[in-house]
Amino acid sequence: MNRNGRLALAFHTVFIGFILAPILVVCAVAFTSKGYLSLPTDGLSLRWFRAIAANPDFTSALWASLWLGTLSATISVALAVPAALAIARYRFPGREAVATLMQAPLMVPPAVLGIAFLRFFTVTGLSGSFAGLVMSHVVIIMPYALRLALSASTGLDPQIEHAAASLGASSFAIFRRVTLPLILPGVVSGWVLAFITSFDEVTMTVFIASPRTTTLPVRLFLYIQDNIDPLVAAVSAGLIALTAVAMILLDRIYGLDRLLVGRGGR
Amino acid sequence: MTTGESTRRPAESLRLTPYLLSGPALAVLAALLVVPLIATFLLSLHSFDLYKGIENVYNFRNYADIFSDPYFYRIYGRTFRIALIVTALAVLLGTPEAYILNRMRDPWRRICLLLVLGPLFISIVSRTLGWALLFGSTGLVNQGLMAAGLIESPLQFMYSETGVVIALTHVLVPFVVISVWASLRRLDPQVEHAAVSLGAGQSTVLFRIVLPQVMPGILSGAIIVFALAASAFATPAIIGGRRLQVAATLAYDEFLNTLNWPLGAAIAVLLVIANVVIVAGCNRLIERRYAQVFQ
Amino acid sequence: MLDGLTKSYGGIVAVDHLSLTVGEGEFVSLLGPSGCGKTTTLQMIAGFLEPSGGRISLDGADLLAVPPNKRGLGIVFQSYALFPHMTAAENVAFGLEMRRMPRADRDARVAEVLALVGLTALADRFPNRMSGGQQQRVALARALAIRPKVLLLDEPLSNLDAKLREEMQIELRQIQQRLGTTTILVTHDQAEAMALSDRVVIMNKGRVEQIAAPDVAYSEPASPFVANFLGKTNQFPAMLRADGGRHVVAIGELAWPADTALPPGPATISVRPERIGFTAAGGLPGVLRNRVFQGNHWLLQVQTASGLVTIIRQNNGEALPAEGDRIALSWRAEDMSVMAARDTAA
Repeated sequence: MNRNGRLALAFHTVFIGFILAPILVVCAVAFTSKGYLSLPTDGLSLRWFRAIAANPDFTSALWASLWLGTLSATISVALAVPAALAIARYRFPGREAVATLMQAPLMVPPAVLGIAFLRFFTVTGLSGSFAGLVMSHVVIIMPYALRLALSASTGLDPQIEHAAASLGASSFAIFRRVTLPLILPGVVSGWVLAFITSFDEVTMTVFIASPRTTTLPVRLFLYIQDNIDPLVAAVSAGLIALTAVAMILLDRIYGLDRLLVGRGGR
Repeated sequence: MTTGESTRRPAESLRLTPYLLSGPALAVLAALLVVPLIATFLLSLHSFDLYKGIENVYNFRNYADIFSDPYFYRIYGRTFRIALIVTALAVLLGTPEAYILNRMRDPWRRICLLLVLGPLFISIVSRTLGWALLFGSTGLVNQGLMAAGLIESPLQFMYSETGVVIALTHVLVPFVVISVWASLRRLDPQVEHAAVSLGAGQSTVLFRIVLPQVMPGILSGAIIVFALAASAFATPAIIGGRRLQVAATLAYDEFLNTLNWPLGAAIAVLLVIANVVIVAGCNRLIERRYAQVFQ
Repeated sequence: MLDGLTKSYGGIVAVDHLSLTVGEGEFVSLLGPSGCGKTTTLQMIAGFLEPSGGRISLDGADLLAVPPNKRGLGIVFQSYALFPHMTAAENVAFGLEMRRMPRADRDARVAEVLALVGLTALADRFPNRMSGGQQQRVALARALAIRPKVLLLDEPLSNLDAKLREEMQIELRQIQQRLGTTTILVTHDQAEAMALSDRVVIMNKGRVEQIAAPDVAYSEPASPFVANFLGKTNQFPAMLRADGGRHVVAIGELAWPADTALPPGPATISVRPERIGFTAAGGLPGVLRNRVFQGNHWLLQVQTASGLVTIIRQNNGEALPAEGDRIALSWRAEDMSVMAARDTAA
């Protein structure tokens, strides 16, 4: 009853092939030795990876993305964790509304968010600024940070905190010595997920980025609009490698299926 | 935070705490989400003039323009048509895959799940780039099809609706897998055994027992995919190019090329409204149909 | 009929050469603690698990050669396993649909079976709108609708609260007797097994400890495990001697005639708490340590040289010794069982 037949496995293989094909192609082309788009049939070469280093546009965009991701992830986690604790611990009027509102950014299409922020920043004088980018990213990644912090908080037995209080610990001590260590895996996973989301974000960012403050995905996107050459393939291959590492890490700490699907079932 | 020596009664401070804790996050969201969205709507009510720029008037002229111009109908029609096809394909591919994954044993299951869901963490630009590489007239897809003798001359995938559909399906099918997977994991395995013990063959079990129970998961996955496909930007921009516009790329064009911000804002607002109506409507239908079955 | 049925996983033997013949219309329980192999056995009979060895036959035909969806067995699962997207009537009709019964006959049979379990009013309700007891009845109706040759019940009452469980037990037995269906019940509740069954199969760690009628297993346990598992018991180390032509078992100076095939030597005596009484003199000496009131009976614990003895006396107004009193215990020879002096830890 629990084994897949041959037809099922064949379908599955085709499916996996479909999923992996574009990614593999990008990685393959990145290693080409020729000066144009081709598969590395003549042997692997690192010339395009070296070309990245020589391209200041991409390297500065990479730093911008890393900086942006770190800042926005940290800020959104700092905001989301207390909110998650509030929602998980207390039954207060408006609790449902708060939880829904915190997930609201997910319901707005990123393109619309991009337009909204573009307008907002223009009116408030923040357009093209790094601070503006950070603010917009914080908004868009907060639901992810919240979701993981929330599931970690609700999984925490409130009686543990009561026990600590009965033993004389102050609220702050309880948080620092009991609550935080126990929800830490969820919080860290939330941070990593938020970082990845910010790092990858392109649709909204393409509306609000300026030539001075561009993220890597936006830089890639704009470059591709003009021409496609192995350079972008190399950049993408590098990103894919980094993402793979981050993902495996995330799976180890938290579990990918739990991350995306949540607990429950077998 | 209060300590045990506070002179305030614990119940009082307790009532404030959740608001204090969630306050900062809510403030940020109110300021940075609600306000910009309202500003966008207001922007859509302005007028735009090539020489004077954005005029601070309030009228619905942009909306009237959109509703009266067949060009816009074509764009929106294309947007939702693509979204519908992508949704259908994603469901057809993702549902069996989720079922197959569910029946696998570890370690295969974990590895395959990683492979299927992993691409969600890779930037959409890189994923779409892969399709751009595959789609060219000398790209792998055409090469493969010609080598297999299925076609004689290369097919046009780039800058075509077909290409956009394929690439978008690739990007969005993991969401169907997630949704169906979540539904499958909540099933009681003994129910399938019960059906078998009563005489059901394997296909009967699949279609009459498993599928009906998983239907809510399939439908919610479909709704997510539709909403994301309708508002997709990067993939249609790269694969579809300048000539094949969808709603989101059209808005981009208005904003960054034509500089007609009010019109761009109106396009965006309409897209959001259409999305919300469709998604909320479908959610309501699902709830009503399945409430008595699944609580 | 199960013959030498065995199931092992790697180095672990889940079921060890189980042999059992169930007669037609008989109600047999597989009883034992968790992990004893009873559910594994049931799954093998149902066809969801393949045995590592042995045979299963039904009416003389080999059952292992038949796929699980053609075995014609009625199964009630522990979680009831009702189809959540079908009404009660549709659930019950499912097995009949698989047998291609025409619509009219199907509806008639469904109505008949639902009436049998008393759920005619709930025919069009969905499982998640029913209580646990109602769901359980639907599961039973579904299994019975197909007129199974054997009814398999996998801990069907364990999810119900105590009072409901007792009611269902009585109903279950009544229905089974009315229909005359051969039934195999799996449970860890010894009271349930003893109340319902014609015979019980007591299992421990994959092996059969005893197969007998409930009252026989209770009063003549075959092993210390059975004695401990069915109800409470007291066990005393004793010495079995050959005295003239009869055997005699003795604790210290007290001796009873013993009717057993065991050879002389160290042995274990098992006596049920409700069979021990007080005597003025000539009994096992001891001091009353604890006296606990439990409603319709008293639980007394007496410290003797052979260990702590538990006694149950009915709350019938008789005078009972007080804590600290010195008393002597006695019992009749026919109220005790003599077993080999094995390690009594189960």
